[in-house]
Amino acid sequence: MEAPAYHIYPLGDRGLTIELGKDINATTNRQVHQLFRQLQHNPIQFVSDIIPAYSSVSIIYDTNAIKKAFPHELAFDYVKGQLIDRLNSLDTYETNHLIKHIPVCYDVSLAPDLKAVAAHAQISVEELIRIHTALVYTVYMIGFLPGFPYMASVDKKIQMPRKAQPQLIVPAGSVGIAGEQTGIYPLDSPGGWQLIGQTPLLLFDVALETPCLLEPGQQVQFNAISLAEFYAIKKEISA
Amino acid sequence: MSIRILKPGLLTTLQDAGRMGFQHLGVNPGGAMDLRAMQTANALVLNGLDEAVIEFYFPAPVIQFKAASFIALSGADFSATANGTPIPINHPIYLPANTVLQFNRKIQGQIGYLAVQGGFDLSDWLNSYSTNLKVAAGGFEGRTLLTGDEIDLKRHAKWNGSGIESAVMPWKAATESFYTTNPFRFIPGNEFDLLSEHAKKIFTTEGFTIQPQSDRMGYRLHGPTLDVAISTEMISTAVTRGTIQRLPSGQCIVLMADHQTTGGYPRIGHIISADLPGLAQKGSAEVLHFTPTDLFTAENLWVAQEQHLQQLKNACILQLDAYHRIPF
Repeated sequence: MEAPAYHIYPLGDRGLTIELGKDINATTNRQVHQLFRQLQHNPIQFVSDIIPAYSSVSIIYDTNAIKKAFPHELAFDYVKGQLIDRLNSLDTYETNHLIKHIPVCYDVSLAPDLKAVAAHAQISVEELIRIHTALVYTVYMIGFLPGFPYMASVDKKIQMPRKAQPQLIVPAGSVGIAGEQTGIYPLDSPGGWQLIGQTPLLLFDVALETPCLLEPGQQVQFNAISLAEFYAIKKEISA
Repeated sequence: MSIRILKPGLLTTLQDAGRMGFQHLGVNPGGAMDLRAMQTANALVLNGLDEAVIEFYFPAPVIQFKAASFIALSGADFSATANGTPIPINHPIYLPANTVLQFNRKIQGQIGYLAVQGGFDLSDWLNSYSTNLKVAAGGFEGRTLLTGDEIDLKRHAKWNGSGIESAVMPWKAATESFYTTNPFRFIPGNEFDLLSEHAKKIFTTEGFTIQPQSDRMGYRLHGPTLDVAISTEMISTAVTRGTIQRLPSGQCIVLMADHQTTGGYPRIGHIISADLPGLAQKGSAEVLHFTPTDLFTAENLWVAQEQHLQQLKNACILQLDAYHRIPF
């Protein structure tokens, strides 16, 4: 595969960003995750973090260690060179194609904005649930909070902008919509997305060696569950 | 063999150099706000430079040392006393068993560090001892220290002193090169050119005042409004410690240790790493000035600080060795 068009710029003096596009689209994001996998499997020495986002990948590195190894080079230039070397074989590493199914309860008691989103879309709540659960979403990136997945793309019919005033406390597990994105709050936190359901699953569990339920690039589909099932799963998890 | 918290202080946590390798899952590095102070304190007691230390603000904690300990304080100077006797920052200090360490008033800086020889006996979370308050993990039980907490030490002080009185070693760490004052240097960010020419000029000439709602996540600034020449919707991308974001109000925030991993506001610059310790020690109502620099300068300053720390650690080993040879 040919290397995509890119722009590399410094992210301070211990990091850089490679931008592969300027908008949210599936093709660019697939390249982001291919590059992310490539950098995980074929790591650049002295790199501590690789952060995929919608259309960019950022790399955090140990400037001091690089300067020790290559005193006559900018650490930035060293990492940039290593990165460019890895751009030509992006399709070597495909992302995980297994779909992760996430149970979501679309009951108004757990979904304060369910009716508003349905009204906005001029459809019934049942139709809203059917549309939200019909598509397979991609985790475009994880950010904002530990384990918060930014997923896209939501069917145009049910897209709704985020709220003008963020809600002070959104309960952990809440599933929201913001424009073409859908996401899940891993922790109780302030948030402005339209809340249409809640999952009983823990998106982020500090007790686990792999604390994050989802990973960047993963495929996700929601399954509607009843309120009784929601509480049964929740009870099982906390036991 | 432990320390006991008699009073908790305003915000007292265990921190190390930060949690690397999990930002793709939204887990930020955290770590000591003033990395150089953390490392200085560790060097003085011959710890590994990135050993976990106690980070504290003012009002600071009151701490009792159950066993004889070899400690160092660095970063802010909060007028410390050991059983009532004044002790300085940036010196190694021997404390006999049952010493009570307290801090009496703010003299300089905002954030203090306490290193104890041998380090604290903690379990790590994702390869780091830094406290992540948001997810309540890492450090000591994932939280700020509270009255009554007992934190075990990994081992006894190697050196045994005279046993009864605290003793300040007569050598001192030179930390001046870690603490830039104004202007703070920045690498222009990818969105710097979104600013109007007027705003660019303002940003590098006018002063910006640190607001009281600043914290470990970021220092909020107030100054002249920065206009944008081009108004664009930005999509989220990574941010880092030192990133200066322009908020929709035209004001700025400088991201600090507990920053989010990604953000959607224009990044007009990044404070260079070598100037972050100085920035961390600035407090509410202090005025900051900014001046641009280049990567060559920024990387070399950072490396020079690292070298200075290594020299400091080597010097401390020699000094302590020589000190031991003097008969009491």
